[in-house]
Amino acid sequence: MGRVRVLVGTRKGAFVLTADGKRTKWQISGPHFGGWEIYHVKGSPVDPNRVYASQSSGWFGQVVQRSNDGGQSWEAVDNTFAYDGTPGTHQWYDGTQHPWEFKRVWHFEPSPTDPDTVYAGVEDAGLFRSTDGGKSWRELPGLREAKGHLWQPGAGGMCLHTIILDKLDPGRVSVAISAAGVFQTADGGQSWRPANRGLKSTTELPDATADVGFCVHRIAMHPSRPKVLFMQKHWDVMRSDDGGASWTEVSGNLPTDFGFPIDVHAHEPETIYVVPIKSDSEHYPPDAKLRVYRSRTGGNEWEALTTGLPQQDCYVNVLRDAMAVDALDPCGVYFGTSGGQVYASADSGDRWTAIAQNLPGVMSVEVQTLS
Amino acid sequence: MIRVTLPQHLRTLAQVDGEVALRIDGPVTQRSVLDALEARHPTLKGTIRDHATLERRPFLRFFACSRDLSHERPDTPLPDAVVNGDEPYMVVGAIAGG
Repeated sequence: MGRVRVLVGTRKGAFVLTADGKRTKWQISGPHFGGWEIYHVKGSPVDPNRVYASQSSGWFGQVVQRSNDGGQSWEAVDNTFAYDGTPGTHQWYDGTQHPWEFKRVWHFEPSPTDPDTVYAGVEDAGLFRSTDGGKSWRELPGLREAKGHLWQPGAGGMCLHTIILDKLDPGRVSVAISAAGVFQTADGGQSWRPANRGLKSTTELPDATADVGFCVHRIAMHPSRPKVLFMQKHWDVMRSDDGGASWTEVSGNLPTDFGFPIDVHAHEPETIYVVPIKSDSEHYPPDAKLRVYRSRTGGNEWEALTTGLPQQDCYVNVLRDAMAVDALDPCGVYFGTSGGQVYASADSGDRWTAIAQNLPGVMSVEVQTLS
Repeated sequence: MIRVTLPQHLRTLAQVDGEVALRIDGPVTQRSVLDALEARHPTLKGTIRDHATLERRPFLRFFACSRDLSHERPDTPLPDAVVNGDEPYMVVGAIAGG
């Protein structure tokens, strides 16, 4: 039947939620690192006991934690994220150039083939890699040469928040940066190019179809189809059928196409999920109803999933890294809210249950499917 | 022995209870105390001082003998009372919030 382990990062610590394959009774452990902001917790696909956590604080900076027993115990590993060489500058709010300064790790992406290899997406935007389980980090500096001098932080910071690895082609990596856009390498990180053709930001950019400057919120890919990418942009839900070379809008009948997370069903590569949010200045659901929208057609045609979700007086947000799916059948879907709820559906989104209700604001949700 | 006190979160990170006692050969300065502290507890590297510049993180302060030493030069000798172990060298998290 299998089991699931849900790794939840919150504004005041990490929590680990576990259940058997029925996904009806949940046990919660934590907080781990109580009082610290946990931007992301993610396990290795090849060794589920190997888990990485990003622990940060306005007082004490960045700490990287690693577990070798599925989150029961932790050890601090290297927290040195030094940009390669002279890091150079990027655009600043006043139009001047500003030097790159490390602030925090937003996202860990463990390798699909090696438990000791893990990528870290950081703010100010950069991509680091460890090949020794987090004991040391090296930047892939070629990314910042992809017009980095034109990148400019958005209100949430200039963060690299999405890392897409292709198990079938290890040299191919896609990343997304707020507010710079999508960037890709085909040679393992030596050279990078913007991959934003087809994106439009008519109110946020003076040139609506510029090479860089797009506030991409999240990208998702089904591992069996690396050429198909789905994107939740600041506004607009997009898809690419050519590996990111071009994008087309698939917002269709969504009540609003603003939002943060997007994810793909584990067994149906054309079934995708988003959580519409009213607007970029009102980070809560439209009509005060928390609704996940599912498309079984890869976009354009969307249905609201509401059973078990609050349908009145709801003003929470769902952040970009706070949605995940498990690999059981039926597929489980999970998301966490700024109000500290974690919702789970064990039937691909038809019905939802709050499996945690009073956690600190949720920043990230990841799921491990265990044998 | 030099006595060092840490904020709760750094004590948890370093897995220590109470004060940290350090033996320092040579001049006892803020730099030598923090170097010794980080050598004893490497997980604290980067959490008190910047990795590269070794500058104090903005929301931490260094107190001793009822004085704020945060803006003192790092190689200025610490007060005798700290050197003798009569008073602790305190790493303090700044008040923040409302």
